Amino acid sequence: MSDRKIKLQIKDMTKKYDNGDGVEHIDLDVYEGEIVTFLGPSGCGKSTILRTIGGFLDVTSGDITIDGQSIVALPPEKRPTAMVFQSYNLWPHMTIYENLAFGLKLRKIPKKTIDEDIKKMLALVSMSGCEKKYPGQLSGGQQQRIAIARSLLLKPSLLLLDEPFSALDAKIRQQMREELKKIQSDLGITVIFVTHDQEEAMALSHRIVVMNKGKFDQVGTPAEIYDNPATLHVASFIGEMNFIRGRGDTIAVRPEDITVMEGGGKGDMDAVVRTIMMLGHYVVLTVQHGDDVIKCFIDRELSDRLKDGDTVSLTIGKHSKFAASAS
Amino acid sequence: MFKMLNPRRFYHAVGKRKFLEFILLAIFILFFYGPLLNMLMLAFANEYSVPNVLPQEWGFEWWGYVFGQKSLVSSMVQSFVIAIITTIVSMIFCIPAAYSISRFKYRGRKIFMLSFLLTNAFPKLGIYTSIAVLFYKYGLMGTYPGVVIIHMINSMMFMVWLPASAFRSVHRQQEEAARDVGAGPVRTFFKVTMPMAMPGIAVATLYTFLGSMEEAQGTMLVGLGRIQTMPVAMYGIVLDSSAVQIGAVFALLLIIPSAVLIFLMRKYIGPEAIAGGFKMK
Repeated sequence: MSDRKIKLQIKDMTKKYDNGDGVEHIDLDVYEGEIVTFLGPSGCGKSTILRTIGGFLDVTSGDITIDGQSIVALPPEKRPTAMVFQSYNLWPHMTIYENLAFGLKLRKIPKKTIDEDIKKMLALVSMSGCEKKYPGQLSGGQQQRIAIARSLLLKPSLLLLDEPFSALDAKIRQQMREELKKIQSDLGITVIFVTHDQEEAMALSHRIVVMNKGKFDQVGTPAEIYDNPATLHVASFIGEMNFIRGRGDTIAVRPEDITVMEGGGKGDMDAVVRTIMMLGHYVVLTVQHGDDVIKCFIDRELSDRLKDGDTVSLTIGKHSKFAASAS
Repeated sequence: MFKMLNPRRFYHAVGKRKFLEFILLAIFILFFYGPLLNMLMLAFANEYSVPNVLPQEWGFEWWGYVFGQKSLVSSMVQSFVIAIITTIVSMIFCIPAAYSISRFKYRGRKIFMLSFLLTNAFPKLGIYTSIAVLFYKYGLMGTYPGVVIIHMINSMMFMVWLPASAFRSVHRQQEEAARDVGAGPVRTFFKVTMPMAMPGIAVATLYTFLGSMEEAQGTMLVGLGRIQTMPVAMYGIVLDSSAVQIGAVFALLLIIPSAVLIFLMRKYIGPEAIAGGFKMK
């Protein structure tokens, strides 16, 4: 892994807004051909970092390099990055062809090459034949495809995506996710993705940067972050997590890592059944242990034998421990 | 057919409310179109005296007279030239101002915006006379620049407010996307921001042009009679001559550019486009 080429390097970068918000001392290396996702609640600074890379925000201090070249002094039009925004990407007064050709024409690329490139790119995003349409005639998902196509046409060193699918409905979002991942692996392009949707981050990324209040909580692969959350915030933000308060510490355990048995005294702790919810092929069980409500997944067979108020014993499998003060 | 036009029959056929509405509409139309129709009639009347409803003799005599007067034809040319210059110059000054109002948050932005209302809030003649004092000092009286400045003052409010609201409706991300694909700030403005704000700018330009075409008071005062635009020439003729027909012919001539422009821009002119310009944000 370490011999891979570094594409983007952020070195001790700080961006402070006038009101004191912002990000401080950010360090990150992104390797060639990688999808790195910034994940965090709104206002955590993830978009701020993306916009400093794209050139839409000045950095207060520190440096950003792409392929070893510093880009902080360059305006957005001179940077080798291409950005896809959440919405309002396309220019409504231009046809799809004109939208796509705009950047290529500025680069003085011959018209024949432009035509061919656009045709190929539209096929790649499965939007062939819409050159003469206007953006207003396309659906939200189709518009985002065109926006991605426009960015890719410029053969950027780095593709920046700022919550590009968050304005779309769930089904289209999932489909776009898969397509983006496929396009990325076909072209081998380096992608920085920003989202507040942890499911999207898990599905898309090679590595995830979990952010909170302008700081990096954890950087790692989706599996690392899911299995070994570094902080309580990461633990609570990614996936479903139970927090069981003990003496002096809090145990974080995923519902699928708890084994439930009928009757008391057989496991690590006893608890009382609160609710039983059928969710298709599995059943969600919530139990009361002291003041904590714990969620577990059980099979249909066991759920048939349990009812509200029964005592069950829980065995805690894989888990993380955090100091109690943090909760 | 005529039986149905009997007012009583009509009243009972449509009901009281509808009948009253109809009467109101009829009165309104009479007030609105009556003078216009009268003017239209007068313009094509060779001979007309007051107590009659219709002219004694129809014809194009006065059109010939108007176009025969050299000064009148030159006044038309002058009007168009001044209106075009006014429009272009006020675009150069006001569109950047409108853009700054819509995009940058600076102190006193609202006061800056309201200041354009002031020129329309005071009696025009008062403003013109005080401007005349300044213009005498700077030698602008009786000159083209002086008249163009007067015309610009009248249209500034429209020329700043309407494009400002149009610029506001252009999303910032659309500008950023243009920067991102490689366009500099100037190209972004001309290729993305301006075309998208075009409806608002077009309406404002129309107002400026038409306003300049019909401006008479200020032009007379500041132009010192040396600059004869169509409305100024019209004043002179209407006051000099007893033939009302000349005024009617002139009025029709003045309507033509307005009508053509409004027809061309009918897509953009609507209550929303105009009302949008008066939002203070």
